[in-house]
Amino acid sequence: MSWHRKHLLDIESLSTAEIVTVLDTARAFKSVGERLIKKVPALRGKTVVNLFIEPSTRTRISFELAAQRLSADIVNFSADASSFKKGETLKDTARNLEALNADFIIIRHSASGAAHFLSRVLNAHVINAGDGAHEHPTQALLDAFTIREKKGKIEGLNVTILGDILYSRVARSNIWALTKLGANVTLCGPSTLVPKTFEQMGCRVTHDTDEAIREADIINLLRIQHERQRKTMFPGIGEYSTLFGLTQARLALTKPDALIMHPGPINRGVEIDSEIADSSRSLILEQVTNGLAVRMAVLFLVNGGKGPQEVGGH
Amino acid sequence: MPESCIILNATAIDRALTRIAHEIAERNENGAAVVLVGIPEIGDVLAQKLSLILSEIWRLPVPVGILDVTMHRDDLDQRMAPRVHPTVIPFDVTDKTVVLVDDVLFSGRTTRAAMDAINDFGRPKKIQLAVLIDRGHRELPIKADFVGKNVPTALSEKVRVRLGLPGREDEVVLEK
Repeated sequence: MSWHRKHLLDIESLSTAEIVTVLDTARAFKSVGERLIKKVPALRGKTVVNLFIEPSTRTRISFELAAQRLSADIVNFSADASSFKKGETLKDTARNLEALNADFIIIRHSASGAAHFLSRVLNAHVINAGDGAHEHPTQALLDAFTIREKKGKIEGLNVTILGDILYSRVARSNIWALTKLGANVTLCGPSTLVPKTFEQMGCRVTHDTDEAIREADIINLLRIQHERQRKTMFPGIGEYSTLFGLTQARLALTKPDALIMHPGPINRGVEIDSEIADSSRSLILEQVTNGLAVRMAVLFLVNGGKGPQEVGGH
Repeated sequence: MPESCIILNATAIDRALTRIAHEIAERNENGAAVVLVGIPEIGDVLAQKLSLILSEIWRLPVPVGILDVTMHRDDLDQRMAPRVHPTVIPFDVTDKTVVLVDDVLFSGRTTRAAMDAINDFGRPKKIQLAVLIDRGHRELPIKADFVGKNVPTALSEKVRVRLGLPGREDEVVLEK
């Protein structure tokens, strides 16, 4: 048992023991969702604010349900209906929410470092629900949870992340989590979206899809992040899906027990064939179920964390 | 190394559990209506042991569940998040006599949390409480139905129950 943090801001600064603590705790919370009464009083009387300055459906709903199942009260705050339109800064908005005695602020923002920034100016617990192309820690934790649950372990597994790595916070958080847990991570996609510099994070980079998936135990597919790309990074969707999409023909090359993951939303026919997404080898919907358990665990753990935060120290 | 003395050794623990099992059987004539629910990390092991003895007395299997109460604790704001264990209750508790099993009864707050938690799974006909050690210092109006040993303690002392540790005898120790 190892958790003293007041916030969850990234995976990069977490120790392996801390990641394992979240996964173990999430295992207990997963069963709460299977009970007759899907609710426990752990965060009764606490107020959680979903501060989503960038659109999101599944992550926001997942956090919302997680907070509700822990008996917390939750307020949703989205950019289009907010005072951002009137020119208020992120800091002022957050401090106003804190003045209403919010205990947890869950933030999604298009700027990398937004969650770290808030953790420095607020007393509330801050949870990063995705900051720019930097990190999306709860997604990586739920992916690791799903892999561990399905394969029984993570250490020594070959995990291939296929798609738009450059603009993906999911990829970065996954690389940190999986390498810390001892997996062999391979990245694959167009060379413009999967630069060799990622090798510095301790993974293998290739641009040959067939080779990347042949020995994989887990294939994690990522969507093209059109909203973050400032220029055209590849010739076209048709060519992308021919070269990097997971088709039935490609799936036949993989190990028979290789499993397919995707953080969603999926683009059928682009990065993944429709039938594969619905097949028994796809873990896509289990990831959603597990996301709820992992987010409950994260809220529960940071609630107990009182110590000074490491942020700003390095 | 704090000063410590053994309250119960392995034989005494087994004897206490056998007596508790007989007391449970004496109190509950209909064994088929009794289920045991242990509170981790020690209570679930004790519940398994009690189940073995009881199933011989009643000549029928006595189901055992594991109930994690950490999500129902009232002190979550005053401490680091405690270790959470999966709850496994593979039976319906409604209209059953649930015997909660814990290692040490102290403030009574764990028992209160356990009674809240069990209600999320159904409405038992009765809830009874079996503990290996009652060390006093109750902060809530809670009393055990079955006690292995009453041990008067000072608040500063600690009661440690060691069960099933590799290379170690089962024992209950009082640390000054």
